Amino acid sequence: MKTEFSSFDEILAILPELPDKLFVIQETLIANLIMLSEIPSPTFEEEARIKLLLQRMVECGLVNVSSDEAGNGVGIITGKESDRNILLVAHADTVYNQKTDHNLSVLTDEIVGPGVADNSLGMAVLATLPNILDALGIKLNSNLVLLSSTKGLGRGNLDGLRFFMDNNKLPLEAGICVEGEKLGRLSYTAEGMFRGLISCRIPEVLDWQRAGQNSAIIALNDVINRILEIPLPRRPRTTVVLGAVRGGKSYNVMATHSSLRFEVRSQDSDMVKKIHNRIDEIVADVASMHNAEIDFEVVSSREPGGIDVGHPLVKSCRQIMETLKVQPTIRPSMSEVSELISRGLPSVTLGITEASNLHDLNETIRIKPIYTGLAQLIAVLLAIDGGFCNEPE
Amino acid sequence: MNLNNWIKNNTTHHSQFWDLKKLVEEKEKQNLKISLCLPTLNEEKTIGKEIVMFKSELVDRYPLLDEIAVIDSGSTDKTREIAETFGADVYLSAEILPQYGEKKGKGENLWKAVYELTGDIIVYVDADIKNIHPRFAYGLVAPLIYRPEVHYVKAFYDRPLAFSQGVRPSGGGRVTEILTRPLFSLFFPDLTGLIQPLSGEYAVRREVLEKIPFPIGYGVETSHLIDVYEKWGLEAIAQVDLDQRVHRNQETRDLGKMAFGILRAFLYRAEALGVIGKLPELSTLLRQFQVEDETFEQVCFEIVEEERPPMIEIPEYREKFNIN
Repeated sequence: MKTEFSSFDEILAILPELPDKLFVIQETLIANLIMLSEIPSPTFEEEARIKLLLQRMVECGLVNVSSDEAGNGVGIITGKESDRNILLVAHADTVYNQKTDHNLSVLTDEIVGPGVADNSLGMAVLATLPNILDALGIKLNSNLVLLSSTKGLGRGNLDGLRFFMDNNKLPLEAGICVEGEKLGRLSYTAEGMFRGLISCRIPEVLDWQRAGQNSAIIALNDVINRILEIPLPRRPRTTVVLGAVRGGKSYNVMATHSSLRFEVRSQDSDMVKKIHNRIDEIVADVASMHNAEIDFEVVSSREPGGIDVGHPLVKSCRQIMETLKVQPTIRPSMSEVSELISRGLPSVTLGITEASNLHDLNETIRIKPIYTGLAQLIAVLLAIDGGFCNEPE
Repeated sequence: MNLNNWIKNNTTHHSQFWDLKKLVEEKEKQNLKISLCLPTLNEEKTIGKEIVMFKSELVDRYPLLDEIAVIDSGSTDKTREIAETFGADVYLSAEILPQYGEKKGKGENLWKAVYELTGDIIVYVDADIKNIHPRFAYGLVAPLIYRPEVHYVKAFYDRPLAFSQGVRPSGGGRVTEILTRPLFSLFFPDLTGLIQPLSGEYAVRREVLEKIPFPIGYGVETSHLIDVYEKWGLEAIAQVDLDQRVHRNQETRDLGKMAFGILRAFLYRAEALGVIGKLPELSTLLRQFQVEDETFEQVCFEIVEEERPPMIEIPEYREKFNIN
């Protein structure tokens, strides 16, 4: 296969044959996926999974394989030019705790198991990338910095990636965030966002004369109703998602605790701040009305931003997807790419395959589209490496 | 041989064989060929994973295995299709040596594997392991590669997640502790040193496999141990700790069937070796009970422990492997 390219069109020309050529790494990729995915890796407890990834990187002969103070795992595939670096990121944490049965089932055309799509497959792609490049005979000009980041989800608030970016000394040219799902995903913008936890507590000793009039659930219900009354503009597009409500013990026991997890997103960071302030006021008001203790905590937040739809990196990604007959699904991201973009690094998130039952115990990925997803990733790497994704001076 | 010495010398942990590069070099030096046999019956949930793992790690990355074969008893699920998809050689047990008929049982598949597979060493791994890892094959093969005097290596699984005191009980499953170990203690005390004599994972040299008979049912593991012990001595047997093994749990009722089959196979072996006197004709019916509307009713299962002769007695085998 051709491995040197003087134009972007030459890269597009090899694309139709690329998925079939990638089939040779099937066993290596799936074995990596199984081994990584079967190690529990809840946020803040990613150490064992990162350790295995680093072992695999060492076995592949990567240099600078190490883990940093935040627990991130990093390895570098060296290129022909030592001063150019492309960052590939796959988050190592999952939403499943240590007690979950992490075993995968490998069927004819599917792989099933918790976290297999989000994001064990992304991590397995990083672990297998050296084998993939070897199999295709590709030696890039740039170094590929493979980063599996920790503390990404929920309260992790992308802390692992932030630590890496704060302390990284390598000049980075572009970033690609690799997610297991879904093929065609293309994220290059981030919305402003915060995720909040409202916890409501009513004193244990209650006046039973007032039973039914007061409880942590009633107080929280009041908070929810007041949040839903906040006017949301269509432009800048702004949304409030009420994600999870918990509270109470049984049919006839007055609830003393309740909580709400929610997310506020907007294209405008001022709007995010305004809603934050409004919720602060609501919480204080409802607390005084119900004689309850109500805490409002911001668990994680992101600044809005992005690269332009006309950026050569975005255009290249779209053309590559179209050549592979993949319909691009463009959506703003709250994940790793938002952090990279906010630091001025041109970056995108790409998905590798089709998936279903996301975040359920029977999370499922389809095997066949993986090769198209990998072909897309290789083509984007070649395009960046060839200098075809740089903005005109 | 002193049993404590045997346990000390012939019991290892798979982590001793972590250096796969060295293991493959040693295998190549000896010009050995190694076959992996996965006997299956409706294992669609786990078979794909086992094949992918062994192929990636022990064929592509470290070429320890020369052949990965699934010998299937006629699965009605997608076991064979999945196995083929991931590149294993798939055989239907009934189609191997068909002139000798078809018998139902795992032992039948193991016996036919001796004919069909070409390795100097065959490693058998059950296909229902959920937490499959390359150690399940290299851990068993390694003692055969490094120690020519060892002919038969058995797996055991012993790695408690937490234990606070210095001494803890160790052993096998329910059938081992209630049936097999008491029987071995009575008639073959040396064999009590095997922590899990019934485990379905073992690696054996061809020159041993071709010379021992194969009960086709539950008794195959017990009979093999007795036969290898009688013919080659305890020093030919080794055991390897493979840590944890996660698999389906069996109902007590099914364990009853298993115990029945093992007991029949054991008694026939003991009789043939003169360890016990002449036995009356043994029934093939296991009688269990169930209750329906306060009425107890008997449920009978016919469990026949037929036996395949040593493969070396089969003319087709002698021809295939050029044995005069």
